Amino acid sequence: MSKYYLNYLDELESEAIFILREVWAQFQNPVILFSGGKDSILVTHLAKKAFYPAKIPFPLMHVDTGHNFPETIQFRDDVVKELGVELIVGSVQEAIDDGRVAEERGKNATRNTLQITTLLDAIESNKVDCAIGGGRRDEEKARAKERFFSHRDDFGQWDPKNQRPELWNLFNGKHFQGEHFRAFPISNWTEMDVWNYIKRENIAIPSLYFAHEREVVKRDGTWIPNSEFLILEDYEEVVTKKIRFRTLGDITITGGDESEADTLEKIAIEVAGMRNTERGNRSDDKRSESAMEDRKRQGYF
Amino acid sequence: MALDNNQLLRFTTAGSVDDGKSTLIGRLLYDSKSIFEDQLAAIESTSKKKGHDGLDLALFTDGLRDEREQGITIDVAYRYFTTPKRKFIIADTPGHIQYTRNMVTGASTANVATILIDARHGVIEQTKRHAFIASLLQIPHIIVCVNKMDLVDFSEKVFNNIVRQFEEISSKMLITDVRFIPMSALLGDNVVNRSKNMDWYQGAPMLHILETMHISSDINKVDARFPVQTVLRPQSDTHRDYRGYAGRVASGVLRVGDEITVMPSGFTSIIKSIDTFEGEIKEAFAPMSVSITLEDDIDASRGDMIVRSNNKPEASQDIEVMLCWLNNNPAKPRAKYIIKHTSNNQTAMIKEIIYKIDIHTLGRINDDKELGMNDICKVKIRTTKPLMVDSYRENRVTGSIILVDDTTNETVAAGMIV
Repeated sequence: MSKYYLNYLDELESEAIFILREVWAQFQNPVILFSGGKDSILVTHLAKKAFYPAKIPFPLMHVDTGHNFPETIQFRDDVVKELGVELIVGSVQEAIDDGRVAEERGKNATRNTLQITTLLDAIESNKVDCAIGGGRRDEEKARAKERFFSHRDDFGQWDPKNQRPELWNLFNGKHFQGEHFRAFPISNWTEMDVWNYIKRENIAIPSLYFAHEREVVKRDGTWIPNSEFLILEDYEEVVTKKIRFRTLGDITITGGDESEADTLEKIAIEVAGMRNTERGNRSDDKRSESAMEDRKRQGYF
Repeated sequence: MALDNNQLLRFTTAGSVDDGKSTLIGRLLYDSKSIFEDQLAAIESTSKKKGHDGLDLALFTDGLRDEREQGITIDVAYRYFTTPKRKFIIADTPGHIQYTRNMVTGASTANVATILIDARHGVIEQTKRHAFIASLLQIPHIIVCVNKMDLVDFSEKVFNNIVRQFEEISSKMLITDVRFIPMSALLGDNVVNRSKNMDWYQGAPMLHILETMHISSDINKVDARFPVQTVLRPQSDTHRDYRGYAGRVASGVLRVGDEITVMPSGFTSIIKSIDTFEGEIKEAFAPMSVSITLEDDIDASRGDMIVRSNNKPEASQDIEVMLCWLNNNPAKPRAKYIIKHTSNNQTAMIKEIIYKIDIHTLGRINDDKELGMNDICKVKIRTTKPLMVDSYRENRVTGSIILVDDTTNETVAAGMIV
């Protein structure tokens, strides 16, 4: 006698597969936004399952800020090769060179906000009508209000006060020319769910997530990796520590935690005991109380 | 943690600022240790800035900037927490009448509705409305939280009186499983931990009930329904002739060897295989996402439904629906809308408004034929081609529809097939 209910990870998986197939059925030209972080890796893994035995029918799209961890780029290229899918790269450096955007100034300047223009340019020039992302509602308060199928107007903007209601499993992806959608198949997953699932499925992730020795600088209470893009203050000192990253963004803004967790099992245990939120080490979210909401309105991931 | 058999439970909370809804959610998250230190620090500093005494748990549920500024919940927000027994998704919805549509949205996927009652006020108009929405959306379980018991001296008499008031209204609705809990979300009584102030209450605290209630029967496991989402045709060397019907089982169980009918065409065949990325399986039940191959090469595509031949839904172009209007623009009489039902899209027309529910009294209005934002009506709908429908009471997946206005592309209404 078998049981006729799913455990929570299987139910989340089934829901995500349903969303991915729905995107494929409702849109002409969808892409997966692939950053090389664990959430976009998870979405790609779920897409592999959703369309098996066929190949993933979407290209991967990467917004390259130029401020990458070299490990992330290598990982991205390996994934593309293994899956045999197309890779579309939108380059922030090119946008800067073309004068479309200007580098931020000041001490904590990053290219985080600049990505928005490049992302929207890449969506427009590739005629993408749905960009699938790894955003999760538990990440941040503005994301808690996000729909599975999230409408963007012809400027790529999100209007959180005028979202389409989403009921049952009936998703409305209808849009006018020039508008697009963002789809979030793992909306209902938490950070812990993601790690439990990665562990269960033994999904390959970049080495940066595992504890490793690295040159770092203490800044705002977190360990920022030393890189060619980092401008050191006189009082700052580069040290070598054993750290791991809990999320991956640009190398300039992603802080690591000291850790000994060098296997998926150890990471899952460590995450279960974490006392701070995942994005707590992301200086892009610390800028103001509504930093994420403001960027999302403009078209951010 | 051994989470292998842990289920996912979705519950909805409806309430306004004054009911202590945000405090209840904050208390659940806080006492189940689901709140992180940096969130706590942010709440502490905001509590101080606003001049609140101590930690204002309600701030955990703050969302968009406008909501923070106005101190209200406008849209549905989703919160997550996990205990060693279950994973929980809370659809946190506003309670005021002008946000009825958001309550309906949050309720559509919930296993459990929690209804908050202020012990000082008892059952009020809003309570009736929340119970009505829970029954309309056929949420399988209801937990009535009689909150702010600390303000009525933890009186058993007050509690029993409210239970009686609620049962009077719920007996007239389609509500089967109701539980009542006296609590103080502010002090934490009977939320996660048992109250020391109410020895007379023999039941369990709220979290214990959420962790242990039987929910695997919430999904219909009798009527096998498989709406085809898309067709998988890899045309690769290893799978040259593969033709798999991909979808999620809406209800019931499908097994290899089952005699099936594809609706609406009526072609029959036998299930040859049920495939997943992990390999072939013998049976699939709701809500599993799988790919099905058939013995015969028949035509089936998105919008069709595979069902067991001896248990079919009704194929109909005329349906009666309880409709909740969600849009600012009122319904246009005899206008055409796109109707979405499982993976099927058709054109539809609202032929007749049979009656409208007075959302204040819950009585019927027969002479008002306007259908505007937040209105709930019983209507007759005619579609251009048949839909394969079950009644919503029996099947929440194949019994639900939405209407889309093709001049704006917005989702304008949600409906439950009678």
